[in-house]
Amino acid sequence: MRTRVFLLVLIAVAAVVFFAARLVSNDYVFFAGYTVLQFVVLATAWNILGGYTGYVNFGSAAFFALGAYATVFLHKLYPLPIPLLIVTGGIVSGIVGFGMGYLTLRLRGAFFAIATLALAIVLQTLVVNWDYVGGSRGAYIIRPNEIAFIGPYIQYLFLLMLALAVIALTIARGIERSQLGYGFATIRDDELAAEASGVPTLRLKLVATTMSGALMGMAGAPFPYYIGYLQPSSAFALDYAVNSIAMPMIGGTTSWVGPLIGAILLGSLQQIATVTISSAVNLLIVGLLLVAFVIIAPNGIVGLVQGWMRGRAK
Amino acid sequence: MASPLLEVTAVSKRFGGFVALDGIDFTVAEGERVGLIGPNGSGKSTLVNCICGTLVNETGSVRFNGETVDRLLTHERTRRGMARSFQLPRPFTTLTVADNLRVPLLYTVNARPGRALSPAELDARCVELLQLVGLADKATHLPRDLTQVEMRKLELARAMAAEPKLLIADESMAGLSHSEVDDIVGLLIRLNERGITIILIEHIMRAVMRFSQRLIVLVSGKKIADGTPDTVIRDTEVERAYIGQ
Repeated sequence: MRTRVFLLVLIAVAAVVFFAARLVSNDYVFFAGYTVLQFVVLATAWNILGGYTGYVNFGSAAFFALGAYATVFLHKLYPLPIPLLIVTGGIVSGIVGFGMGYLTLRLRGAFFAIATLALAIVLQTLVVNWDYVGGSRGAYIIRPNEIAFIGPYIQYLFLLMLALAVIALTIARGIERSQLGYGFATIRDDELAAEASGVPTLRLKLVATTMSGALMGMAGAPFPYYIGYLQPSSAFALDYAVNSIAMPMIGGTTSWVGPLIGAILLGSLQQIATVTISSAVNLLIVGLLLVAFVIIAPNGIVGLVQGWMRGRAK
Repeated sequence: MASPLLEVTAVSKRFGGFVALDGIDFTVAEGERVGLIGPNGSGKSTLVNCICGTLVNETGSVRFNGETVDRLLTHERTRRGMARSFQLPRPFTTLTVADNLRVPLLYTVNARPGRALSPAELDARCVELLQLVGLADKATHLPRDLTQVEMRKLELARAMAAEPKLLIADESMAGLSHSEVDDIVGLLIRLNERGITIILIEHIMRAVMRFSQRLIVLVSGKKIADGTPDTVIRDTEVERAYIGQ
């Protein structure tokens, strides 16, 4: 019930964002906004596994790339509308997420993180050697210039990513307030005690890896249409793995607000840096902010605000 | 005679070359209060872990409530009515005290066949359990705000929240004062009167003697005595194990 209200509020906010962006009457706003929104989805997806259950995934780029390459594959086979491609990307990445969860069920902490990193490398090697989707040469996707009702195609892509962000945030918040959220939190806190309290930890971990993977794949699916030319090194870029970890960490991992704040803050900063300085400075910004936050606010911005409010209450 | 609630047959567990449990046999009848004692390292906690499924025993089998549970995971055993507290409290550190109890209510009580508790009933049950162990005023605190004693009470309350048939309390009184020990023993006896079978693992002999109807003694992974407390503590083998020759 209250989730439905939340969803309506989010849709309203999204509508305001979209029409405000149209008022600017400059397509660059949509190009930059798309990237920021894409990071909102990625950070939220990462946080479902990394923040709620405490399993750090270094392979976000792989799930993102899988979604993107599912699109390339289908585009060559038979062009489909993008919403359908998003669903397929989600299914493919969800299945791989489930598989990753199944193979790494008994791994914890650093060992789990290393396994996810290995998965990303294995998948990248596969794609590089797969000629049909372009191999290391990459693949071109020519996107139409216009689309009916909306106008410029980039606005359509922006709108889709906005919808995905709304969906991801609603799911994340829904989990937090449900039985699933309690189950995830007990896995993060103490798996032995969780089992002893009746929590099926292995099954819940699979739910988390699947959901997180699927959302990342969905974020990746429209990417070939956005970028126009997809090559393995851009789809599997380090930026995605690093950003989807850094954004929730900086925003705060215990609530859906954290990844949202982190993604908007870092994503916008990176866009500004790309225009004013150089895109090469992006990862430096992330690195510096991450170091600063680990020292000043280990629980992210949300943790900082909560601590401050608790301090005032006393 | 009715079949026992818990039946442990020839359970053995080794860690590498070290034999932690060596063919343990015992039964616990429904409604019984059993004390499990033994020197440090005698295998008490390993035995609990094997019964609850945290560790897998190499040989032997555990039957609970007429069902062999050897192949079941811990949470499945919990749902069938086995609950435990941990020797060192293991609260869910990011959840409030009340939410710590909500977890077994959601995942164990509501997972059993029958009517699920409504959100209002869940809240009421949390409050009720917290009152039972005297933590009602700490409901919204995080576990890190609790004292060691309160942490142990929370540990017991969480095990009780699962509405078990069998409660295994693993050294729930270590480090507590005289009166606190009496409190917890009283609490356990009250629970037993409500029909919960209890196995108490404890070093504090005063508590064990007051609580137990039957005592089982483990030494170096072997059961050396099993009987009424009075006969067990007069057993020469037990005396030798504890005091030495």
